[in-house]
Amino acid sequence: MSGNQSSGARSGSLGRSEAKSGLMLISPTAIFALLLLAAPLATIIAYSFMADGYLTIIPQFQMCNYIGTCASYEMKDGVLTAAKEYKGVFSDPLAQTLLVRSLGVSLMVTLVTVVLAFPVAYFVSFHVAPERKSLWLFLITIPFWTSYLVRVFLWKVILGYNGVINSALMGLGIINEPITALNYNVGAIITTLAHAYAPFAILPIFVALEKIDRSFLEAGQDLGESAFNTFRRVTLPLAMPGVISATLIVFIPTVGDYVTPNLVGGPEGKLVANLIQLQYMKLDNYPLGSATAVSAMLLVAVVSLIFLFLNRRYLRGPK
Amino acid sequence: MMGGNMKGGWFRGYAIVYLLVLYAPIMLLPIFAFNDSAIVSFPLAGFTTKWFTQMAGEPTLHDALKNSLFIAVSTAVISTLLGILAARASTRFVFPAKGAIMGLIMLPLVLPEIIAAVSLLVVFLGIGIPLGLITIILGHVLVCTPFSIAILSAAFQSLDKSLEEAAYDLGETPLSTFWLIILPLVMPGIISSLLITFTISLDEFIMAFFLGGTNVTLPVYIFSQFRFPQSVPVIMALGTLLVLLSITLLAIAEYFRRRGIAKTGGKNTGGFL
Repeated sequence: MSGNQSSGARSGSLGRSEAKSGLMLISPTAIFALLLLAAPLATIIAYSFMADGYLTIIPQFQMCNYIGTCASYEMKDGVLTAAKEYKGVFSDPLAQTLLVRSLGVSLMVTLVTVVLAFPVAYFVSFHVAPERKSLWLFLITIPFWTSYLVRVFLWKVILGYNGVINSALMGLGIINEPITALNYNVGAIITTLAHAYAPFAILPIFVALEKIDRSFLEAGQDLGESAFNTFRRVTLPLAMPGVISATLIVFIPTVGDYVTPNLVGGPEGKLVANLIQLQYMKLDNYPLGSATAVSAMLLVAVVSLIFLFLNRRYLRGPK
Repeated sequence: MMGGNMKGGWFRGYAIVYLLVLYAPIMLLPIFAFNDSAIVSFPLAGFTTKWFTQMAGEPTLHDALKNSLFIAVSTAVISTLLGILAARASTRFVFPAKGAIMGLIMLPLVLPEIIAAVSLLVVFLGIGIPLGLITIILGHVLVCTPFSIAILSAAFQSLDKSLEEAAYDLGETPLSTFWLIILPLVMPGIISSLLITFTISLDEFIMAFFLGGTNVTLPVYIFSQFRFPQSVPVIMALGTLLVLLSITLLAIAEYFRRRGIAKTGGKNTGGFL
């Protein structure tokens, strides 16, 4: 057996035995992901086309969880009868508002995060001594791993009525009464999320900047380009793959954030994750909840694909 | 580089302010944990340790801690084992559909967590698996495995293939080679992965909230307490301890991650991701 393995490098069967070993080795992890990720996702897609029964799902194909009006069924004298009516995701003004708001919040968070993160990534890559880069990255990543819930809650303390900002401004005599517009709105959600996802934006940009051959930049300046023009025409385009991954890695998960709108969003700041939670856990309507979740996923996928398409020229790699 | 000093100065100032803002909320934790006032706001009252004493006498908190530790240890072990297999397979072998398989395994890294959580929920309820600690562990393993793979890939990537070939030539089997040569070399990466996945699991809320049934983990307990203003100072005390624990674990993990990369002769590219 071991002889086969070592002579594999010389024999023609290398490809096949490699493929077999690789597949064997990855199969436990792959099967886990198939059973606990692919199958569940397929299930909610299937549920979103089915009808809601009392404590059951009725497998009859219907589109009304997305468009039109649906009915929940209940058992009455041993017969399934249509009981409560509800609107599908794209026919329900509330669901539409929340989807659009979630999308808007995510886009704003992404913009703020990436723009604020870029100079930090640039600084660590270009101005920090190589042996101290790890330390900087470590310091940047630490807050990301620590008590997400408590960090979100602390923003309430910072932005709240008697919070840090209001007390500081009143102490300095800039305002006489606390500003109530800081907390419990979409702005508070954006601030909190942008803060939470900061490291996620810095790391991919940093990795892309690290890959840039420094002699390109010297060449640019030797040819008489100003430092700013060198940055605009050489550094930025080469860093774009990092900026693009930073954008996606912040944009996609933030659309589904549940904790932040719940804690700092207030009554007017609910997002689509809150709706999904309500539909599954409170209304017990799995087909509708699934349709909302699938719609959110689709929306994120479409926006991400458009974004990738618009930036395709940066992703082609070196010519 | 020397000429960039002036510009580096501006960037350095910005980066330091950025770091301060990043840490600002966490800095507030100990301030309120030792503040002698039931209301978490300014101005501060006096110094007290009563919130820590009160925390120690909370029976639901003890249960939550026990649940969280059991879940975090199980999650760390299972996701690191799955991570070892996937990282080894993807760095060492070429196999069909590699991109698609790895894409699926790494998907939880970007998938909105609530979607993964509710889809697991409907499947568990659909096939009649009772919600509890086991279902939370399954959810956490799904979330943690991609992080484990990211850490371990760096360790496996930098392995010198000739060491392995030398072992084969000396008559070792693939299994004994893995056990005797490869495992010791990537051990620091494995320890780093165990610590990081433990930390993520300990802090994870959404999966525990949706898949726990009536079982409470630390984050679920914290979330439930936010509704009661009078228990917020205790949460600040608990948060202080959790942040200290996380930072300690992460610092140890970072130490092992760097040692692992140095050991296998790789280049340190920085962060965990």
